Amino acid sequence: MLVNTIKPFLLAAASATFLATVPHTDPGTVSFETRRTDTLHYPERFGFGKPVSAEKIAAIDIDVRPDGKGLPAGKGNAVIGKQIYAVKCSACHGASGTEGPNDRLVLGDTTSAKNRRVKTIGNYWPYATTVFDYVRRAMPFNQPGSLTDEEVYSLTAYLLHANGLISEKTELNASTLPKIVMPAKKYFVPDDREDGPVVK
Amino acid sequence: MDIGKDKPLSGRISRRKLLGGAATAAVVLVQTATGKAFQAGVSVAELDDPTKIPGVLPGTVGTRSSFEQPVKKPSPTSSRTPLQDLYGTLTPSDLHYERHHGGVPAIDPAKFELVIHGMVERPMVFTLADLKRFPSVSRLAFLECSGNYRGANDGKITPQDICGLTSQSEWTGVALSTLFREVGVSEKATWFLAEGGDAAVMTRSVPMSKGWKDAIIAYAQNGEAVRPEQGYPARLFLPGWEGNTSIKWIRRIEISDQPFMTREETSKYTEQVGPAKIRQFSFTMDARSIITYPSYPARVEKGWIEIRGIAWSGRGKISRVEVSTDAGKSWHLAALQEPVLDKSLTAFRYLWQWNGGPTEIMSRAVDETGYVQPFYKQLLAARGGNMGYHFNPVTAWYLQSDGQVLFRST
Repeated sequence: MLVNTIKPFLLAAASATFLATVPHTDPGTVSFETRRTDTLHYPERFGFGKPVSAEKIAAIDIDVRPDGKGLPAGKGNAVIGKQIYAVKCSACHGASGTEGPNDRLVLGDTTSAKNRRVKTIGNYWPYATTVFDYVRRAMPFNQPGSLTDEEVYSLTAYLLHANGLISEKTELNASTLPKIVMPAKKYFVPDDREDGPVVK
Repeated sequence: MDIGKDKPLSGRISRRKLLGGAATAAVVLVQTATGKAFQAGVSVAELDDPTKIPGVLPGTVGTRSSFEQPVKKPSPTSSRTPLQDLYGTLTPSDLHYERHHGGVPAIDPAKFELVIHGMVERPMVFTLADLKRFPSVSRLAFLECSGNYRGANDGKITPQDICGLTSQSEWTGVALSTLFREVGVSEKATWFLAEGGDAAVMTRSVPMSKGWKDAIIAYAQNGEAVRPEQGYPARLFLPGWEGNTSIKWIRRIEISDQPFMTREETSKYTEQVGPAKIRQFSFTMDARSIITYPSYPARVEKGWIEIRGIAWSGRGKISRVEVSTDAGKSWHLAALQEPVLDKSLTAFRYLWQWNGGPTEIMSRAVDETGYVQPFYKQLLAARGGNMGYHFNPVTAWYLQSDGQVLFRST
């Protein structure tokens, strides 16, 4: 009984300490001792929900990480990608990826100061894997999720080539794509704003 | 509103009465020639003296008065809350702002599933009914898009257009920490991916600490099911954080030990600071306020004016709101409406006597961490001349001597 009454108090104190000392954008783990104190009387498990099979997870687990985890089998290159782009992408992004009307993908003329401020894959995207992930999950806008993995590899290759980052013949696959270093990666920093009076 | 000018109203009512005899109980909105909607079955005579004719009988669903027509303002990607037409701090659900990246999906709640997998002991799938069986939590909180500032050189811009991607609801659901326990999250996990079931299959990486602290899988908004535009049948809700991280129509959570670097957190919701820095994972919404009355397009008369507005901070509670009625030369404490809640819209008011001379009024919020809402020029300087996301400047209103209220940048 003594243990039961003291424990929640100690846990609450630990929780308060954690919240006061760690910025809440800190991606670190929260130990079991600092969980919400109002859940301490919960059972270990409620037993609601069902185990999910590996097959079911695989069917929807489409994300690709910068280290290449999640990239599927297959390959592609910019020569093939250019043809797919013309048919499935150019209506929204322009013949060369610079004209719009929707998001500009290719930097193009870098001598113009105005163009340098435009966010494109070549000057703003920090990871090449993100191009694959996003095109596969959300493009084309009117037929999302309709591209094959091979088509996505080729489109990614075309967009990287059009931005001057790989050659026209470079083969992209699960091994080569994560190795591409994007020019903008060096500019990215985690949020440096903090609680308190400093405006950043 | 001049009722007498709406000739079609009286014409239609007369005909209804002729056909149906007594006043009908059915409430139907009738669009008149001047574009105003009125309740059919309500005669001009009733409007003149409602005490002389029995009113409409009880119904199954209430409706807004036909005299009140607040509307959101849509664009191809978002729709903005009419802040200048609202009172207090709770946004009516049908006026909550919208921002989506592939449209509003139609999801059958009977087929809804949330999969949680990755660095867990037990990968699990939860139906909507499963989620509702867990202990529930409710909280009031604002939600705000991080791209939520606009100005206008001619001053003719409303609070809705300036920062109408801010709304507030009571959110009810299951604490994400409860689900983390249920699946047995690894203590080595540091980030999780939240993924929506919309056409964008929208994804964001979120630190585990936020998931443990106060994240909710919300299935209810203001006492009823979450609206389709807000993520029906269930969404992630992260109090105080930029709106796009609160993934709507949530279908999958993957527990991991690194961020996934999705399109939204790399090429989209990041801010350029100066010439060679791009700020990433800037989750928290800084403190902000805006005077919603008087504001454009209102006209005011000299004499007593209660200046009213809303203030909020993603870092905690609002500790005070200061109001200036002399273009920022002097500041006065506004009254805060209790209860002042963590990461929630807080209503403020300041009673003022306007002498009719041209002046600028403005408000600035201060939160419990000591953050003071900056002026526009101050913020622009701090960002090295870049505008963009997380732009929360003090907003001023210029009162002309004729009573017209116009936006002014600070």
